[in-house]
Amino acid sequence: MRDMLKLFVVVTLFGAISGGILAGVRAGTQERIEYQQIKFIKGPAIVQIMKGCTNDPLTTRFKLKDGKKERAFFVGVFGGKPNTVAFEASGKGYGGTLDIIVAVNVDQDEIVGVGVTTHRETPGVGARVQSDPKFVTQFKGQSIKEPFKVKTEGGNIDAISGATVSSRGVTGAVVASGEIYNRLKPEILEKMKSIKS
Amino acid sequence: MAKSVIQEFTKGLWTEVPPYRLVLGLCPTLAMTKQVDMGFGMGLAVTFVLVGSNALISLLRKVIPRNVRIACFIVVVATFVIVVELLMQAYTYELFLKMGIFIPLIVVNCIPLGRAEAFCYKNGVLRSFADGLGMGLGYTISLTVLAVIREVLGNGTFFNQPISFLGPNFQPYSFMTTAPGAFVCLGLMLCIMNLLGKK
Repeated sequence: MRDMLKLFVVVTLFGAISGGILAGVRAGTQERIEYQQIKFIKGPAIVQIMKGCTNDPLTTRFKLKDGKKERAFFVGVFGGKPNTVAFEASGKGYGGTLDIIVAVNVDQDEIVGVGVTTHRETPGVGARVQSDPKFVTQFKGQSIKEPFKVKTEGGNIDAISGATVSSRGVTGAVVASGEIYNRLKPEILEKMKSIKS
Repeated sequence: MAKSVIQEFTKGLWTEVPPYRLVLGLCPTLAMTKQVDMGFGMGLAVTFVLVGSNALISLLRKVIPRNVRIACFIVVVATFVIVVELLMQAYTYELFLKMGIFIPLIVVNCIPLGRAEAFCYKNGVLRSFADGLGMGLGYTISLTVLAVIREVLGNGTFFNQPISFLGPNFQPYSFMTTAPGAFVCLGLMLCIMNLLGKK
């Protein structure tokens, strides 16, 4: 009986101590890992669509609560003024969820750029929504409040031929980003004020 | 007759070098040697895990009851592996993305568990530490050598940098980058090591 108890105690202690160590390491590296993920996965897209800004949008960022989710916003400084904000939205593509980054000019509610970050579309077909810059530039300069649709559904966005579902997915994600923007705009403006250019 | 601490260290570098002599840890040896940085990174990750788990297990060997030793070993090894994974994510994110699933798979790699069972449970801390360091470095060197051969021949690059002295007529031997290529290469290296070891 005492032997059994000893086994029990030793294994429990091992588990508990290792759990504690891991929690500590995780807490210590969390912030850095988050930064790395932003830098390597979302970073290239953010830098691309915010071309011409005078700050580093990856470090100028804040977070807002959107219902239960927390969203990250990246601020771009253009012409000496922090007037552009980029954030993530997602839509449903052909192979699953696809994530996009949308940059919006907060003065005019105008889309500065759209970039696809992660997707699971068919390589060479649907994946062209990411690799073919012509598709996403269609959103540039349009109002973020526009209910975008692809042409086959009566909208004004040219879908990539052979990849209608993927194109529709990106379009849907842009519409979703418009909803997020509308929902959080007062808070976004509030946060932007505190950012020095 | 007990071997000296130095012998415990050097045996991992030649006479008992893990992938060739013990033939352990072959899965990452084949999968992670396509590029030099992957092979080298994998070797260092395994070294860290081995040194840490070896020292800790031999330190705790009097506390660990015989009946549950494997469970305790696995907990210790897994802890070190997750620490490595988090650290790699934090500091070498690109390499982490490339190596992907093979980092957590170090847990089920036979080297740390094998050393714990075969060596650390019976030997002192200093010896276990030397054993872990030797085995780990032996593993790193083996993986790096294999990766150099495969990357240079299969891709014409070294550490992802193109090699200039190969000249413009160099055609990459892409068979080397495939899994069978890794097997053949591994087999040839094993053959050479056996030939050298005979004398």
